Amino acid sequence: MSDNSSTVSTKSFYQQSTNKYSGILSWLLTVDHKRIGLMYLVTIGFFFLVGVTFGVLIRLELISPGPTLMDAQTYNSFFTLHGVIMIFLFIIPGLPAIFGNFFLPLQIGARDVAFPRLNLLSYYLYVTGAILALLAVLLPGGAIDTGWTFYIPYSVRSSTNISLPLLAAFVLGFSSILTGLNFITTVHRLRAPGMTFFKMPLFVWSTYATAWIQIIATPIVGITILLVIIERFFGVGIFDPALGGDPILFQHLFWIYSHPAVYIMILPAMGVVSEIIPTFARRTIFGYKAIAMSSLAIAFVGYLVWAHHMFTSGMSDEARWIFSLLTFLVALPSGVKIFNWIATMYKGSIDPKAPFLWVMNFIFLFSIGGLTGLVLGSLATDIHVHDTYFVVAHFHFVMFGGTGTIFFAALHYWFPKMFGRMYNAKLANVSIVFFFVGFMMLYFPKFIMGYMGMPRRYYDYLPQFEPLQQISTVGSWILASTILFIFSYLIYALFKGPKASSNPWGGVTLEWHISSPPTLENFHEIPTITHEPYDFSQLKEMQHDA
Amino acid sequence: MTHSENAVYHVHRDDVGAKMGMWLFLFTEVLLFGGMFLIYAVYRYQFPDQFRVAAMELNTGIGTLNTVILLTSSLTVALSIAAMQKKNKFLSILLLSITILFALMFMVNKYFEWSAKFSHGIYPGSEELLNRPDGQILFYGLYYVMTGLHGLHVIIGVIILIFMLVFIIRNKITFNNYVKLENSGLYWHLVDLIWIFLFPLFYLIQ
Amino acid sequence: MDENKKHQHHPSYGTFILVWIALLAFTSITVTIAGVNLGGYTLFVALLIAAIKSSLVINIFMHIKFDEKIFKVFLGLSGFTLVVIFILTFFDIIYR
Repeated sequence: MSDNSSTVSTKSFYQQSTNKYSGILSWLLTVDHKRIGLMYLVTIGFFFLVGVTFGVLIRLELISPGPTLMDAQTYNSFFTLHGVIMIFLFIIPGLPAIFGNFFLPLQIGARDVAFPRLNLLSYYLYVTGAILALLAVLLPGGAIDTGWTFYIPYSVRSSTNISLPLLAAFVLGFSSILTGLNFITTVHRLRAPGMTFFKMPLFVWSTYATAWIQIIATPIVGITILLVIIERFFGVGIFDPALGGDPILFQHLFWIYSHPAVYIMILPAMGVVSEIIPTFARRTIFGYKAIAMSSLAIAFVGYLVWAHHMFTSGMSDEARWIFSLLTFLVALPSGVKIFNWIATMYKGSIDPKAPFLWVMNFIFLFSIGGLTGLVLGSLATDIHVHDTYFVVAHFHFVMFGGTGTIFFAALHYWFPKMFGRMYNAKLANVSIVFFFVGFMMLYFPKFIMGYMGMPRRYYDYLPQFEPLQQISTVGSWILASTILFIFSYLIYALFKGPKASSNPWGGVTLEWHISSPPTLENFHEIPTITHEPYDFSQLKEMQHDA
Repeated sequence: MTHSENAVYHVHRDDVGAKMGMWLFLFTEVLLFGGMFLIYAVYRYQFPDQFRVAAMELNTGIGTLNTVILLTSSLTVALSIAAMQKKNKFLSILLLSITILFALMFMVNKYFEWSAKFSHGIYPGSEELLNRPDGQILFYGLYYVMTGLHGLHVIIGVIILIFMLVFIIRNKITFNNYVKLENSGLYWHLVDLIWIFLFPLFYLIQ
Repeated sequence: MDENKKHQHHPSYGTFILVWIALLAFTSITVTIAGVNLGGYTLFVALLIAAIKSSLVINIFMHIKFDEKIFKVFLGLSGFTLVVIFILTFFDIIYR
């Protein structure tokens, strides 16, 4: 089923446009899923760095007790913006918008997504949301200071700019919904002949499951946001206890979205892991159906556990133990994946290239995050560590050590395909080590501090926390510099790296059958699928030089 | 498909896919209002008597009239699509226009309803309302937000239907190619569906 | 593309009108019955009638009865999720 496209001199999608323009206009008005994915990469990458900057500044403030370089009000805004930017502008859109857009159609043998123009609209909604969020910081009134969770009553009473960033989040939610809608329809309608559901690559499965969460969960935060904005303008009183409203009801509505949102964050990442491990173990994935089904299971069970964020809010006891029980359930399908990945590697022919090493980072860091999630999901222990640094450490391990790490893994795996160039392997490997060191220094002490009682979102702290805070801050410097370094050698490789072949890693999913970078229409002819997705016997038929 | 320097992109046609996309969008609307219905359910559970008192102040007559209007508009839009399927362009245009008219009538009724309430001093944040028991304040808060959000969707629906009307007139929608009209109809039926639930929950607690 | 030619079942004008009459009938039932004291069942009956009306709109007007099965699956899943969310929230509300 080889495409031979690397021997035929055909123009890449960089040189062919979907519209009649050239230059930057041909990009800004493109409906090519690959170009849209790249535009997302640039924009999301930019906001990731903005988020990192806020993080570094927060850690700088915390290097010593008391005021260090900002006042308390500014500090509140900083951790709020750090959260809002990282969550709504980086992690939630990140993998689906960049890699889902670029690779979902390729992996199912399609020429594009179901609704290419809607895809472009999604991108511009993202940009609009991002601009609105930035405006909120710059306009008078001060930047939002409620924490990214904008709980009432403070979000209604705060004198800072609240409605504008909330509106931004609303617009971003729309972008997310439209992307999900597009992907679901694409998977149902545009699979190549012969590609049944159970022949789809696991990245497609995970993107599909994620898309369902985007569709069903996002509107709930949409209405929550609208209600807070309406409250600020009209004082309707729906959550105001003085008027009979229930503040806990706000929390319910907020977390009914925001918990499934974390599965929007992690499922695509798990999908990428399921791609990278077979390729670098050079054998088929262990338990394909189990992993595929577990994605759907995680997506569904993820809706049943939200109130584990609310154990100390004043909920009924019945609700608390029920949600604690359900929370333990959701660990099961995740466990299935981890065991199957490890089983895939057993007796495989491991090729320890950069994407694989990133995945090793992921498995270690995400497992720590997941296991500490059990401490938080367990009602009795959560009471003690809720709203402490323990929680902060947990979610950074799962979100950053999980999805963030895979963002880099995916970038390193699919870089040659997207750009037709290869980066320097030594620099990549060194960066992975430094990333790990910096990450552990930055976040592991937080588990200890949280256990010792250090509350989250606090501007000041008692002297006994100072040593661990300092270690954490130094870790942030190592991590931030490593991230900058990674972006640097990747950007360098973009322009000066050696040309990459169509299949440098020896992968067998459809994207590796076509040229690097792909042509505009992806495939000369839509392939007919006969093989299982991770059947490495295909390598003999394909052109590769792994 | 050409391979020229600036290839013109071939936009394939997939009516089933288009309908699927529309349904997925409708689910997001269901969840959006679903969140509000959840809030309604919670507060009605907590303040059953005050909800009844407040609900009895609403004009059941106008509510029923609006229900009939929306149900009939659903009929006319469905008939409009059927007419298009039967190649009857004129009838399709006529029925679609009637649908739009009904929608506007709905909004006019709503305007009168809300104005009446405002003139009695019942609106969010008003002194009259704030002096009442909490359950009634919550009822009216929900009433304005939910019927307001619904009304916004009616207006959006009107705009969409007007676009469809123009498309039919200009033959961009024909008996061979009318998935846009169908999808617009789906949206309109959703607006009707939401009202089917709003109506008894706000007007018929007695 | 044969799939895009409209498939078999198009309800006739008559079918739509019959459904409309049924909807009006149920509306009048629900309005009348609101005045009757049914105790704890009042809400249940009102919602049941609304569900019946919705079912008519969704199946006939929105055509889901005659469309590909996947649409019904989607609808079922979404509706089920919403119901589950209601139930879980009420585990908190009713026990406070």
